[in-house]
Amino acid sequence: MAEGVPFRGGGYEARPRRWVPWLVFAALLLLWHVASSRGWISANSLPSPTSVVLAFGEMIERGTLQKHLWESARRIGLGWALGTLAGLAIGLSMGIFSLARAGLLPLVSALFPIPKIALLPLFILWFGIGEASKVATIAFGVFFPTVIAAYAACDQVPRNLIRMAQSFGLPARHIVWKVVVPGAMPGILAGFRITASIALILVVAAEMIGAEYGVGAFILATGNLMQTDHLVAGVAILSTFGLLVNWLLSAIEKSVLRWR
Amino acid sequence: MDIRIEGVTHRYDGLLVLDGIELAIGEGETVALVGPSGCGKSTLLGIVGGLLKPSAGRVVTAGAPRQDSLNPFTYVFQDFALLPWRTVQANVALALEHHPLSARQRQERVEEALALTGLGDFAQALPKQLSGGMRQRVGIARALVVRPAVLLLDEPLSALDAQTREILMEDLLSIWARERGTRLYVTHNLDEAARLADRVVVLSRRPGRIREIVAIDTPVATRGAAVIAGMRERLWRLIREEAREAEREVQHG
Repeated sequence: MAEGVPFRGGGYEARPRRWVPWLVFAALLLLWHVASSRGWISANSLPSPTSVVLAFGEMIERGTLQKHLWESARRIGLGWALGTLAGLAIGLSMGIFSLARAGLLPLVSALFPIPKIALLPLFILWFGIGEASKVATIAFGVFFPTVIAAYAACDQVPRNLIRMAQSFGLPARHIVWKVVVPGAMPGILAGFRITASIALILVVAAEMIGAEYGVGAFILATGNLMQTDHLVAGVAILSTFGLLVNWLLSAIEKSVLRWR
Repeated sequence: MDIRIEGVTHRYDGLLVLDGIELAIGEGETVALVGPSGCGKSTLLGIVGGLLKPSAGRVVTAGAPRQDSLNPFTYVFQDFALLPWRTVQANVALALEHHPLSARQRQERVEEALALTGLGDFAQALPKQLSGGMRQRVGIARALVVRPAVLLLDEPLSALDAQTREILMEDLLSIWARERGTRLYVTHNLDEAARLADRVVVLSRRPGRIREIVAIDTPVATRGAAVIAGMRERLWRLIREEAREAEREVQHG
């Protein structure tokens, strides 16, 4: 009596299913469309997908989309760059120098948990209601996670690589640039993903508090006017923006971390 | 270059790991350091190469290293210590980049070291693309490229499988037949000590003290299987009891 051994599984290995995400997306859109057109959902609560697309068209035609998007992107770009540069400088110093670590770690730990939007009123007092306070809020929000990511990433660099470099007599600055910084790159780039989403949250919040243009200001204004089609279009812009940044960071990771 | 280890004692947080080590190593000699786990052999190697400060005692050298030596004391590491983002060639070149050499001199030295270790065809490969044995060859090439006076090998083959270890032992012997130099070789593998060393220093269990120094009279080039097996047996008899005790201690501790 010969019986084949039954297959019992491959350990739940994840396999790519490229068409599934598109199918799910299409199914949800269809459901949304049907629910709106049959009147299961009132247009005041959630507009139909077609009216959102029409709202998009209208925004592009009038040039408001470009205007809002440009304002938000400028604030994010500036705030993120400032926060990241300062965060990397401090974070890497803390990762490399014991003195910087001992002196700054308690301070960073104490300031890190503050929700940065709570500081916007203070920044408005310091820098005025204009651009500077919004950019400062984003920069501040980006700064702390960058410090923590860079500092932790330095710690992840195997000590043995540093000892190796020392054993060959490499000067300290060579060790920093050739061993520590490249070794910390995976952690630093992972930090960028987090800070990019923080920057997006903060720009919307800051624009809701006081701005004429910007996606956050736009969403708040359309809500006040009950223009839900424009409001949902604004939210879709944020989602697209987030996806775009994510895709960009993935591409950077893929090329910078090819060695992994 | 001769090395003299004079009364080297080392403590980690008050725990005595090396006690009064006295050892002279002559120019061109290969000395293996063996002993039970935790006897401080790697610590001693760290002290000789200046990566650790001894609690007491000192290491002195006599005689100048060869003129073209850029890094007189050079390590080969157990875990290879390669930069994973650099190619084989760039990993080897790392040891030269801070020295005042022309690009051409640098390139020549790197190519020579790669050829000597059989890595010529792998210059552009990344470490992740290489087997363990090939990775350690990169570690060896990086050490040779600076033309060291003293090569400090810290369990260089212990991360490799048995067959690869055999191959690399043969390769090390053929490289050493061509490249003069003093070598201090830490290993827990008695076979490696019996095959590669001129003298074997047996350390006692913690705190590490020199228990015995065994000279192997047959030169490495002509050392046959019988000599190696006999030496291996003799070394094992020397450390057997202590190795057993050390093993129990590690498990309980």
